[in-house]
Amino acid sequence: MAFTTDLIYGNLAPALKVHGERLGVLSSNLANADTPGYKARDIDFRAVLNGAQVKAPTLRTTSALHQRGQFDLGSPRLWQVPAQPSADGNTVDTPLEQARFAEASLRYEATLRFVDGRVRGLLTAITGQ
Amino acid sequence: MPGFGIFHIAGSGMLAQSVRLNSVSSNLANADVVAGREDEVYKAKSPLFKAESQAQGGGVQVLEVKESEVPAEKRYQPGHPLADAQGYVYAPNVNAVEEMANMISAARSYQSNVEVVNTAKSLMLRTINMGR
Repeated sequence: MAFTTDLIYGNLAPALKVHGERLGVLSSNLANADTPGYKARDIDFRAVLNGAQVKAPTLRTTSALHQRGQFDLGSPRLWQVPAQPSADGNTVDTPLEQARFAEASLRYEATLRFVDGRVRGLLTAITGQ
Repeated sequence: MPGFGIFHIAGSGMLAQSVRLNSVSSNLANADVVAGREDEVYKAKSPLFKAESQAQGGGVQVLEVKESEVPAEKRYQPGHPLADAQGYVYAPNVNAVEEMANMISAARSYQSNVEVVNTAKSLMLRTINMGR
């Protein structure tokens, strides 16, 4: 049986990647909380991950030694709709953004734990201890 | 792993906010420095922020530190050693209340960037220690 990383991690690897990217986008919003005219952005995790499930790896491998390509999810950055308008055109709502960042980091950590659990499970299977 | 880009983004945010804090402290320190001529008087400074593009890293950059264009306050103080021929001295266009509000806002934004760095750091450490 081919033992690819997909078998071990399943959807968790792309999930981890998208959560990481989302953390980057949200930190960008927080850094620009006082930049006039800056428009807050976000990543729709569900939509991106659905896309990742549909998109099977398309790289053709002619040898068993070939590695499968890195998935490029191309996660689209959406614009956030502001709760209230501001005079300088900035749409970053700092408290909301902080809450989103906390949520995203929690989700990242949860995904990390699932991955960790799988790695530990495999290690137990390999070492038999 | 949340890339090292987060550290750049939050770092640029902290840098921008510290420039803002610097200009606030400069404005407050010079709030009472009067001059005998209008073009010599201190002018309130404030940084101009601009968002970096995604290709640049997505942080924030300080374009320049602009001087306020509000006219200087003209005070009639004939006894003042710096007073001009008509007896006027010129006080800076620094609004202390505005500066205090600015300072609190800058400190809060700085803090939220520090939180971002701490969170990203702990997540990266957890990622590194995965499987141990």
